[in-house]
Amino acid sequence: MMVTSKGAMLPTILQIRGLERRFGEVLALQATDLDVAENDFITILGPSGCGKSTLLRIVAGLDTQTAGTATLDGKRIAGPGADRGMVFQSYTLFPWLTVLENVCFGLRERGMPHQQQLEVAHAFLAKVGLKGFAGHFPKQLSGGMQQRTALARALANEPRMLLMDEPFGALDHQTRELMQELLQGIWEAQQKTVLFVTHDIDEAVFMGTRVVVMSARPGRIKLDRVVPLAHPRHYAMKTTPEFTALKAELTEAVRTEVLEAQRVSEASA
Amino acid sequence: MVLGISFFVLFVALWSAVTFGGFVPKIFLADPLQMLNSGWVLLTQQDFGHDIFMTMWRVIGGFVIAAALALPLGVLMGAYKPIEAFFEPFVSFARYLPASAFIPLLILWAGIGEAQKLSVIFIGCFFQLVLMIAVTVGNTRRDLVEAAYTLGSSDSSLVRRVLIPGAAPEIAETLRMVLGWAWTYVIVAELIGASSGIGHMITDSQALLATDQIIFGIIVIGLIGLISDLLFKWGNRKLFPWAQLGR
Repeated sequence: MMVTSKGAMLPTILQIRGLERRFGEVLALQATDLDVAENDFITILGPSGCGKSTLLRIVAGLDTQTAGTATLDGKRIAGPGADRGMVFQSYTLFPWLTVLENVCFGLRERGMPHQQQLEVAHAFLAKVGLKGFAGHFPKQLSGGMQQRTALARALANEPRMLLMDEPFGALDHQTRELMQELLQGIWEAQQKTVLFVTHDIDEAVFMGTRVVVMSARPGRIKLDRVVPLAHPRHYAMKTTPEFTALKAELTEAVRTEVLEAQRVSEASA
Repeated sequence: MVLGISFFVLFVALWSAVTFGGFVPKIFLADPLQMLNSGWVLLTQQDFGHDIFMTMWRVIGGFVIAAALALPLGVLMGAYKPIEAFFEPFVSFARYLPASAFIPLLILWAGIGEAQKLSVIFIGCFFQLVLMIAVTVGNTRRDLVEAAYTLGSSDSSLVRRVLIPGAAPEIAETLRMVLGWAWTYVIVAELIGASSGIGHMITDSQALLATDQIIFGIIVIGLIGLISDLLFKWGNRKLFPWAQLGR
């Protein structure tokens, strides 16, 4: 059992034990433990190449660990599945499908009747503010709109967990902040368990109920903090003392790791 | 468009200049008017229409058979590594076998009938198509494949709903290109052993030194090729509007 920032006791749904991933000689992820409770929004911070994406990809079932286990609801994760929806950093909408058809993709995979698919898809498109764009092709949308569609596509599938790999990383600063508020609003409205990888510290604090910092390669969890900010969150919270204090601590922790990563790569060069 | 047409005009002008100007003997190169005139004679009196029909029928027949078999095999090779490993070395070898070199052998096996013509086109197109389709399908964006898996796709629905639709526009382009090659093969097959077809007419005209007829035949081939190319392009644009975006 874990205590969320809201103070409610919710059961652990994702359990990671001694998870390790080697790529040949290189140890990318080192004996990592992590417990994720229902409705946690966990943001994972760390220098590039620290294995945070590897961790997420193993949970998604798109990569396989070389040691350790990851279990979701007590079941060992082996391969990808619709219970773990993912939003990628790259734009992964299917370019031959319209926005609406993209959102229907997973629903059709489940065998949902067509009429019901359309109802669900339209509802989620409205939630991400894309009501008028159902008939557009992805290439006709801006990057932010494509990621909103990808979010709707993942959410419409009603996954047990939502995995997000730097989903706003390719967007400009203003768009990114709007996307953060949008996702925050959706999460507050319908609780969902989220693992969210980012290298943006502001984003990690503003979005997360918990922030996890990973160390430089080999990656392992170095710091795990509950975010002391109440919900609903508003962007103005980014200037509160609580926010600033946590941000300062995390900045220091990440900075140490970035320097360490630099030292290691210079030594090996 | 205007530039494209102006080159055609320039080409005909140059041709007229060297023939009407008497720089080239008529026996080697007929002038444009003579060519049109004998073309008219061919069409109205010598049933050249039938030759054109036979050649088109062969091209389309051989090409459709090659495409119908190459599509599933190419998609499977692009989608499944073990299938690719099994077929790829042989197909790579076979595609370098020149289709025209098979003609003597095919005449021996299939005679000089339609089966021989279709076989030449089939050999010329099939192996190329298989490889190019396999490469196209194999090059599907990795992240789209992963996205589909996280949305609950199985391996078979991945092939149906991601690999095939994603590769379709490029496959259609490949078909368009290879159809052009099929035209080359059919003429070669008809030059060597045939009793009808554009290639057959050209061989007959050679015996009579009728360069006007030969040129007319070549131009007819070019025109049919151009028209089928335009039809293919138009069809691809209609079928895959999304592939035209952001180009």
